[in-house]
Amino acid sequence: MSEPITIDDSNFDQVVLQAEMPVLVDFWAPWCRPCLMVAPILDELAEEYSGRVNIARLNVDQSPKAAAKYSVMAIPTMLIFKEGKPVSNIVGFRPKAELKRSLDAVLD
Amino acid sequence: MNNEYEVVIIGGGPAGLAAGLYASRARLNSLLIEKGLVGGQIADAELVENYPGFVDGVSGLELGQLMHQQATKYGLNTIIAEVTSIELQGEKKVVMTTKGNFTTKAVIITSGSERRKLGIPGEDKFTGRGVSYCATCDAFFFKEQPVAVVGGGNAAITEALYLTKFAAKVIVIHRREQLRATRILQEKAFSEPKIEFLWNTVVEEIEGDDKVKQLKLRQVKTSEKTTLDVSGVFVAIGLTPGTGFLRGVLPLDAAGYIATNDRMETEIPGIFAAGDIRLNSARQVITAAGDGATAAIYAEKFISE
Repeated sequence: MSEPITIDDSNFDQVVLQAEMPVLVDFWAPWCRPCLMVAPILDELAEEYSGRVNIARLNVDQSPKAAAKYSVMAIPTMLIFKEGKPVSNIVGFRPKAELKRSLDAVLD
Repeated sequence: MNNEYEVVIIGGGPAGLAAGLYASRARLNSLLIEKGLVGGQIADAELVENYPGFVDGVSGLELGQLMHQQATKYGLNTIIAEVTSIELQGEKKVVMTTKGNFTTKAVIITSGSERRKLGIPGEDKFTGRGVSYCATCDAFFFKEQPVAVVGGGNAAITEALYLTKFAAKVIVIHRREQLRATRILQEKAFSEPKIEFLWNTVVEEIEGDDKVKQLKLRQVKTSEKTTLDVSGVFVAIGLTPGTGFLRGVLPLDAAGYIATNDRMETEIPGIFAAGDIRLNSARQVITAAGDGATAAIYAEKFISE
């Protein structure tokens, strides 16, 4: 059973930038309703893309450095990283089918 | 999962939750389909102060959750899925979703509305880079910075007031010369030193480099053009109905709203609509809840006849 990993400023480089697999990072905060809407979808995606994409969640309140580095100014923002670089930028709540299309595009 | 219901409710805002409460208390086998999180639009509101019974106001998120708990207590089923279409099969309706199809005797559409965009150059490019549609989500990123709010209704003024807790200055840009927001909100905004107003003004373009730097403005009466330096712009110019999945199923007006009679019946027997989605809805939590209750009562009558 794969679940989203919780990450922060201290392990961002290691878990995201140095990862062998693509990583989707969900920048979120507890006060943001659309972020809460995204959470159950990410739980499902972590399961469905297990072994192909890692799903990570980063609380922007607790980890402001990573959010600032990638100019995140709205949440939820989902950045998909591949080989240490952001290759896809998704802002706001998106239905699951749309997130899957973004992940599949990165995997191709 | 059971795929046969007596009532399927599409959308988990106040209208859908009230419909769910009434339908389940009528002992109708009821399913509520929500695409994200129950509560609907109000869940974005930090404080709802105009829903009766909550003397000191209640957080929108909490109000939504309370309504859902109450309906669930009486047997309402809920799934998280997106509705893609509705098909009519004789007397029955089939609600098609991303998590399977559900057959039902009656449908109550309460899919609400979402934020309308400005539709100007720069808006899409800078979404997430200074352009926002949710102040409670994103105010945090604009600490001690100047921001603009576009709009003059309740949503715009509520957002402007919330932003004063973070931003250095909040400039409300409104195309008319007076606000549409309710008086008590206007009073709060006018007495808030961090809020300034630009009247009779529209935003024509959003400019910046990797993030928003300035807005190009036009004075409506004089056509004078100016610019305004801001780090963020919060768009609150109204709502647009979430009825895309109903094209070809139900007649919609030009803007996408559904016409109903005073029993919340649409043109198709057994399909009801309630809340913001309805043509000429007052778009308040309490009127949405009232619509939802009305729809459920007449859905029960429809099923028993």
